[in-house]
Amino acid sequence: MTILVIAEHDHRHLKSATRHVLSAAHAVGGDVHILVAGHSCSPAAEAARTLPGVTQVLLADHVSLTADGAENLGHLVLRLAPSYTHILSASSAVGKSFMPRVAALLDVAQISDIVRVDATDTFTRPIYAGALWATVHTQDPIKVVTVRVTAFEACAETGGHAALTPIPEVAESGLSTRQSIALSVSTRPELEGARVVVSGGRGLGSAERYKELLEPLADKLQAALGASRAAVDLGYVPNDYQVGQTGKIVAPDLYIAVGISGAIQHLAGMKSARVIVAINSDPEAAIFTVADYGLVADLNSAVPELTAAL
Amino acid sequence: MKILVPVKRVLDYNIKARAKADGLGVELAGLKMAMNPFDEIALEEALRLKERGAATEVIAVSCGAIACQDTLRTALALGADRAILVSTECELQPLAVAKLLRVLVNREEAGLVICGKQAIDDDAGQTGQILAALLGWSQATFASQVTLEANHATVTREIDGGLETIVVQMPAVITTDLRLNEPRYATLPNIMKAKKKPLETVTPDALNVDIAPRLMLIKVVEPPARVAGIRVATVAELVDKLKNEARVI
Ligand SMILES: Cc1cc2nc3c(=O)[nH]c(=O)nc-3n(C[C@H](O)[C@H](O)[C@H](O)COP(=O)(O)OP(=O)(O)OC[C@H]3O[C@@H](n4cnc5c(N)ncnc54)[C@H](O)[C@@H]3O)c2cc1C
Ligand SMILES: Nc1ncnc2c1ncn2[C@@H]1O[C@H](COP(=O)(O)O)[C@@H](O)[C@H]1O
Repeated sequence: MTILVIAEHDHRHLKSATRHVLSAAHAVGGDVHILVAGHSCSPAAEAARTLPGVTQVLLADHVSLTADGAENLGHLVLRLAPSYTHILSASSAVGKSFMPRVAALLDVAQISDIVRVDATDTFTRPIYAGALWATVHTQDPIKVVTVRVTAFEACAETGGHAALTPIPEVAESGLSTRQSIALSVSTRPELEGARVVVSGGRGLGSAERYKELLEPLADKLQAALGASRAAVDLGYVPNDYQVGQTGKIVAPDLYIAVGISGAIQHLAGMKSARVIVAINSDPEAAIFTVADYGLVADLNSAVPELTAAL
Repeated sequence: MKILVPVKRVLDYNIKARAKADGLGVELAGLKMAMNPFDEIALEEALRLKERGAATEVIAVSCGAIACQDTLRTALALGADRAILVSTECELQPLAVAKLLRVLVNREEAGLVICGKQAIDDDAGQTGQILAALLGWSQATFASQVTLEANHATVTREIDGGLETIVVQMPAVITTDLRLNEPRYATLPNIMKAKKKPLETVTPDALNVDIAPRLMLIKVVEPPARVAGIRVATVAELVDKLKNEARVI
């Protein structure tokens, strides 16, 4: 068995997601190669070489891979695919976009967002917003799998010395080009990898209140900020704050849900946090069914009090 | 230009899914079904494009059991011009759905497909991308804004960490995110009119597509439940618990 892991990176740095996917690859077992595909991305490839349990780092460094376009990336991975039994990527925005293209052209079924490796050909994945877990078996010769990053521990950053193999030719499909990209800049930890997440919902009432109440709390806890869909739709915070079935999946040590009712679509994104705190004025709110510590209170007074007490 | 909109019939998003007693499937009998919410958004976008003169016809397609006709009638009531049911009682997986759609896209000479970014039952999030690859088309996933020009589309996408705007060559497959638009409601007169709109039924056999499932379901279970927590009476008690019991701060 030889597994190809597609690295997550921002072209300079390897993202921690790569190490979580690598753990999933180790759970499958076998020889592991990592593909770093991007532009001017050799620093990321160098970082990948030190990851434990990796024998080869494939480096595809080409201007056509600057924008993470699914067509070019999909085509590249498709070309490499015949040498592998498994292709694994994070179920990130990039992974979700190009991996199904690879599966399609190999004529195999992609297995999305796995949370467990049961065997080399059997995987478990959440369905119905995580209300259920389905275990599925595949007989396809090449297994194309996206991995839920929070379900696998990150492996160490060092310990390996993989060989570096450049991939010289990369095709440009000309199908898609990036016009612009606007990434939120924040000094806070990334939502998906944060140890503590402070998340706000419609109960906050306005963008101003979200900022006034949750930012100081997040500052004290060195937490990432998250939100429910309602808070995003109402414009309290940008879209990439959304936690849930169709937003980010997080699994911090501590998740504090403030003014969030606990719809199943929201729970889908946070219920594997180690400790969940809910602050909500409605004692019947569904969020309390998953909270380790529930505080029935008006958030307008409870949150400042909590911030002050820390 | 014709726009094809695949719409899936799924368990209503308000209903909590349960496993069948034998663990070999999901209990759907007698439960309320609805159009996948992302597909409502896809249909809305297609209708708006047509209303702006960027498209000539909106065709809704659903693949599955006869009951998908209800979903298609809803699509027609919302404003789709006609509908196609690919009728089968067999289980359909994304690869099979995409192969069925490919045949219909070619037959109809559609120039754009708008589908949901994911079906809220299987949460696969693949069909649009598979279809784009099978057709050799460009794709724009997770769209939150779409502008059509003669031979390209400009699409703003919700990606990790923010937003990206890409220009894709037409024909293309676009998959919708939640904030692309606010879908309309069907009015009673339109629901009545929809009954007279054309709804064609075809079979996978007639389309010459092998739909045999590739993934075998071994079991469906409820995930490990969280142990019930406690209520704290005050902020002070909360802080104490977090420090001394949970030791997370
Ligand atoms: C297809 C689909 C996908 C979805 N995906 C997601 C997703 O990924 N993530 C997500 O979050 N949602 C998602 N949703 C939406 C989800 O169903 C809920 O509508 C949403 O999570 C509700 O957000 P909320 O809890 O902030 O708002 P509400 O449900 O309105 O809850 C607000 C809460 O604030 C409390 N509150 C109000 N005032 C105060 C106060 N002064 N003090 C304390 N508490 C107060 C209220 O008691 C209430 O419980 C999705 C829905 C669909 C259909
Ligand atoms: N059986 C189906 N009938 C029609 N459209 C479908 C079907 N399955 C998936 N789709 C479309 O593909 C999208 C993504 O589905 P999935 O890949 O299953 O998450 C959905 O939002 C629909 O637009």
